[in-house]
Amino acid sequence: MSKKTTVKAGGKAAAGKTTKKAAKPAAKSTVKASKKATAPAKKKQSFGGLSEEILLRMHNLMVKSRVLEERLIKIYKAGEAYFWIGGPGEEAWGVALGMLARKGSGPENDWLHLHYRCTPTMVALGMDMIDSIRLMMNRATDPSTGGRNFSSHYCFPQWNVAPVTSPLEVQYPIACGTAHVQKRAGKGAISIVTGGDAGTAEGDFASCLILASRKGQELPMLITVQNNGYGISTPYEGQHGETNIADRAAAFNIRSRVINGNDPIETYLALKEEMEYIRKTGKPSFIEAKVTRLYGHSSADGANKKPHLFDPVLTFEKNLIDAGILDAKAAKKIWENYEAEGVSAQEQARQEPVPTPESVWDHVYVNSENADWRKF
Amino acid sequence: MASIAQAIRMALHYGEANMGVKDIFGQDVGAPLGGVFTATQGLETAWNSTLDERGIISMAMGIAMGGDRCVAEIQFADYIFNTIDLLKIAGNTLWCTNGQIQLPMVVMTPVGAGIFGSVYHSHSFDAWASRLQGWKIVMPSNPLDAYGLMLSAIEDPNPVLYLKSKALMRHKGDELIPGEPADEKELKAMIDKPVQNSEGWKPRWPELEKYMVPIGKGKITHAGEHITVVTYSRMVHLCDEVAVKLAEEGISVEVIDLRSIYPYDWPMIKASIEKTGRVLFVNEDTEVTNFGEHLAYRATQECFYQLMARPRVLAGKNLPGIGLHPNLEKNSVPQIHDIELAIREVVAEVP
Ligand SMILES: Cc1ncc(C[n+]2csc(CCOP(=O)(O)OP(=O)(O)O)c2C)c(N)n1
Repeated sequence: MSKKTTVKAGGKAAAGKTTKKAAKPAAKSTVKASKKATAPAKKKQSFGGLSEEILLRMHNLMVKSRVLEERLIKIYKAGEAYFWIGGPGEEAWGVALGMLARKGSGPENDWLHLHYRCTPTMVALGMDMIDSIRLMMNRATDPSTGGRNFSSHYCFPQWNVAPVTSPLEVQYPIACGTAHVQKRAGKGAISIVTGGDAGTAEGDFASCLILASRKGQELPMLITVQNNGYGISTPYEGQHGETNIADRAAAFNIRSRVINGNDPIETYLALKEEMEYIRKTGKPSFIEAKVTRLYGHSSADGANKKPHLFDPVLTFEKNLIDAGILDAKAAKKIWENYEAEGVSAQEQARQEPVPTPESVWDHVYVNSENADWRKF
Repeated sequence: MASIAQAIRMALHYGEANMGVKDIFGQDVGAPLGGVFTATQGLETAWNSTLDERGIISMAMGIAMGGDRCVAEIQFADYIFNTIDLLKIAGNTLWCTNGQIQLPMVVMTPVGAGIFGSVYHSHSFDAWASRLQGWKIVMPSNPLDAYGLMLSAIEDPNPVLYLKSKALMRHKGDELIPGEPADEKELKAMIDKPVQNSEGWKPRWPELEKYMVPIGKGKITHAGEHITVVTYSRMVHLCDEVAVKLAEEGISVEVIDLRSIYPYDWPMIKASIEKTGRVLFVNEDTEVTNFGEHLAYRATQECFYQLMARPRVLAGKNLPGIGLHPNLEKNSVPQIHDIELAIREVVAEVP
């Protein structure tokens, strides 16, 4: 378990307190495959005391998410979609987050203000593969945007999943608004917000830290940053002077920690502890998760796998097999089944209707009230 | 009679007491001041935000997304510009989510010149606002409309931008708000915070009634036959004044107070142009890419063969700012004599 770095400034001190498994939170944060990280965890005890059921569920969802993402990339490369962006490499972080969120609608449940690399979280919440594929292929049946927006721009109001927006970081202070409503409702629900490391240069990130931490008016928020070491092509060093982004939260008296987001166990336990803290105290908490950007930025830079990078799904799977928790054959079957599900979902989505030209006027206003000035 | 600031305050009180408004917030909106124009004084749910316009708009979006009603204020429209992309997002959220996420939020902000506020307290926002798709935009010219449009804005399930003229904040109308005491002093004693010994002060609100001015409906403030003048907000009063003056010379001016920028009352404009055959659009936003230009374009397209003269737009000069000295301000935004001159020119034009 990593320790909190609350208030204590100084990256080094904070870094020293992360677990031995945590990736070094030094400036160079692209997580490379290292001997240490891939060392087999043979003993069941090394899984943080999590039940086999949780471990296997986590593995299953991580595989599902990976297969889905790779399917989306294939759809893009086959010319059946215009743009891909997503979260392969973030499964350890994202799945744990989705498993732990209090899922449902209304202020008594958690709100999730996600960015575009959160497919693993959506899969863990229970999103069907086909619904991601419908979004990718811009079908009218896409439940998030009706074919209007990019891949991974999810919106599931039935689970309080706020719409993903293309402008980076605006989700951070918007999350303060839902947290404010949840605080008033007093049911222990929290607002969770995720985003990238480069995006933290936007003022909206600071807006969020300020709004969440005002004395006596603290908001129940889990503020997170997934630090994959890059903003498109600009490396971490290109914009950060601070050692850890989490150190910035400390300046606002927000409890904060840096974790190895490639380790599902560390992530799960850290998230659980922080969520409990937020629900209990009504105060914010901040997690910086070091993650892998396994397929590059997006289809804009090719979306090809970077085999030298740490792969959280394969590593976790190997650890489970080595520990005798998972059977290698059973694991293979899981991959195959999801692969088949992805293929048939793509085939089905291909048959489904696309948005009609006239539908541009739908939903400009509530109840599709006339928005066309020619008709005023 | 209530001032526009008092009318807004009463509308917001009605909103929090009867329409589910749970947050009224912005810079200095809460106690002790109640807003730099006192439009939020004494309100139960009013609170002071951080000094962060983007934070204010984002919070409002989150509150609306979370299912509560709120009214957020940007202290001066001059400072709303750094929130443009958030306003865009608020306006496109329903569309982008294919109708799934509604953002019923009201953002109000003081606009325009007329108080010698210089470069950063005189901006207009109506033309910019008209390009924020998904928003409704209203701009009242008198206290009763200010009240009725605020209730409509609160009730509307879409985001609504409520642009209030700084220069009109102390303006008093000639119609009572339903429930407002007829005696101005009595109203003041009830809802204005005393300047001295105000500790523990609480407003005594009159028994206000629900009164709605529908969004998208204009009002003819001066009926006439020879020319249609389409305007809104502060300029309504200037145009009315000119209309009264010119009536003495036999020039009959019809003044339309648009009240809503979007959606706008085209049937009213069109019917009036068809009657008068002449039209002038007046507002104080800058003239290049002005909202009045859109209306003039439409008038040309749809009323071309009924027009006796070229449609004209009279607006603020295309300058980087409005200088503080009265000579500068008055030569930047339309004044009474400019309006009079423009009307005379259009009326004199012969096809
Ligand atoms: C406000 C804004 N500016 C620029 C962009 C273009 N853009 C898209 S992703 C990206 C990089 C984001 O990097 P980071 O925040 O580290 O997140 P990551 O993609 O690495 O997860 C940029 C600049 C944008 N979407 N929004």
